[in-house]
Amino acid sequence: MANAPDVIRKIREQVTEIDPRDVHDLLQNGSGNGTVIVDVREQNEWDEAHIPGAVHVPRSYLESRIEGAAPDKSERVILYCQSGNRSAWAADALQKVLGYENVEHMKGGITLWKDRGYDVEVPPSLTPEQRERYSRHVLVPEIGLEGQIKLLESKVLLLGAGGLGSPAALYLAAAGVGTLGIVDNDVVDLSNLQRQVAHSNDRIGVPKTDSAETAVHEINPDVKVEKYQVRLGPENIMEIIDGYDVIVDGLDNFPTRYLLNDASVRLDIPVVSASILGFEGQLSVFKPHDGPCYRCLYPTPPPAELAPSCGAAGVLGVLPGVMGLLQSVEVIKLVTGAGDTLNGRLLLYDALGATFTELKVRRDPDCPICSIDPSDISEEEMGHFPDYELFCAGAG
Amino acid sequence: MSTVKIPPVLRSSTGGAKEVEADGQTVGDVLHSLAERHPATQSQLFSEKGALNRYVNVYLNDEDVRVLDGLDTQVGPGDTLVILPAMAGG
Repeated sequence: MANAPDVIRKIREQVTEIDPRDVHDLLQNGSGNGTVIVDVREQNEWDEAHIPGAVHVPRSYLESRIEGAAPDKSERVILYCQSGNRSAWAADALQKVLGYENVEHMKGGITLWKDRGYDVEVPPSLTPEQRERYSRHVLVPEIGLEGQIKLLESKVLLLGAGGLGSPAALYLAAAGVGTLGIVDNDVVDLSNLQRQVAHSNDRIGVPKTDSAETAVHEINPDVKVEKYQVRLGPENIMEIIDGYDVIVDGLDNFPTRYLLNDASVRLDIPVVSASILGFEGQLSVFKPHDGPCYRCLYPTPPPAELAPSCGAAGVLGVLPGVMGLLQSVEVIKLVTGAGDTLNGRLLLYDALGATFTELKVRRDPDCPICSIDPSDISEEEMGHFPDYELFCAGAG
Repeated sequence: MSTVKIPPVLRSSTGGAKEVEADGQTVGDVLHSLAERHPATQSQLFSEKGALNRYVNVYLNDEDVRVLDGLDTQVGPGDTLVILPAMAGG
């Protein structure tokens, strides 16, 4: 019976070896088009560093996954591993068992590659704890590792830590959003607890930003929480929202909703907007200059008698839970790029009738807010807004 | 006959009805026939000059009548009109 070194020697004689220098030249001068470079090492080795442009097919999955990476068996395939042994085995299997016609393996593996001073790519990756925490996300192809990393690198701002903001805070924290900004100047009140699930009985009287931070960290201590215990207004909005990737609008009044629209269009930040009353909710995504804005949908606010607040007219406690989570889904889609968002569509939810209605929202070519090119707004004008309190007070 | 969906804030003007059947060839006709039946909706839907209030969005099925022919938009039997006011609750 042949011993292992003999077998390896034999295999090495039967597969074509390529020097790292030639692989490097191939990648440098662009003649590598049509060549597939495959890293056959294990996940943790790939995560540490790999050759830029290579694809990862661990040797243990070679037979089942190689066709995804190199569907054409006449394609040139170059395999590499850590030092050149596993890639020789794998190359042998590719040509003998799977019928690949043009297989090579790289001499000395990535160790020799690095010794020669060639660049390696270090992919962002998850820690073992994160890998376990987010495993159900990583498993769905629409999110996967790439989407989870996008979530971990994202910054999402919650306007309001109330009915809509509470469920959004909890689920976005659980989903692994890297930074959650929370704007709210209120303190937790007993009457909030019928729906504002980020707060609790023992935190009555505590600022909602602090209470929400506690709830977020109980679920996921890795989330960075930025607290803004202020009322959002024209004097602070630009500074607060700047730098966020997505804004979740859970505001409870019209002037601030119009102000937010104005500011988010100027800074080009998408807003996931929801509003609730009684048993009904509305939801949409406003992606500046790509779709309509809030002002395109609602050119003027309704008079006060047609726009009662939840405080005055009441709301089913579960309703903001439903709407806040639909908002969270839109946030995750905006961050990861998965699916179709509600950009240009308005979703109405009637809890009593158990119906969803979808309406089209068109961009208004004459919209006073989003028809202006942001580059036409001067530095001085950037932070100045119309008086939306007055605008809404005069409504009707 | 078409169906008009009444938003929560207008239901006190329609005796609590969430949907009202109304006649009319155009969006304007249908809404006027609604206002005749439920006079309290008149001032909520229309300005004194008879134009649709700017804060009231009306959709024929899923399309905003502002991008169709406004109040003159033709309405067929079986069509649904959705009256949609802005809400601000959070």
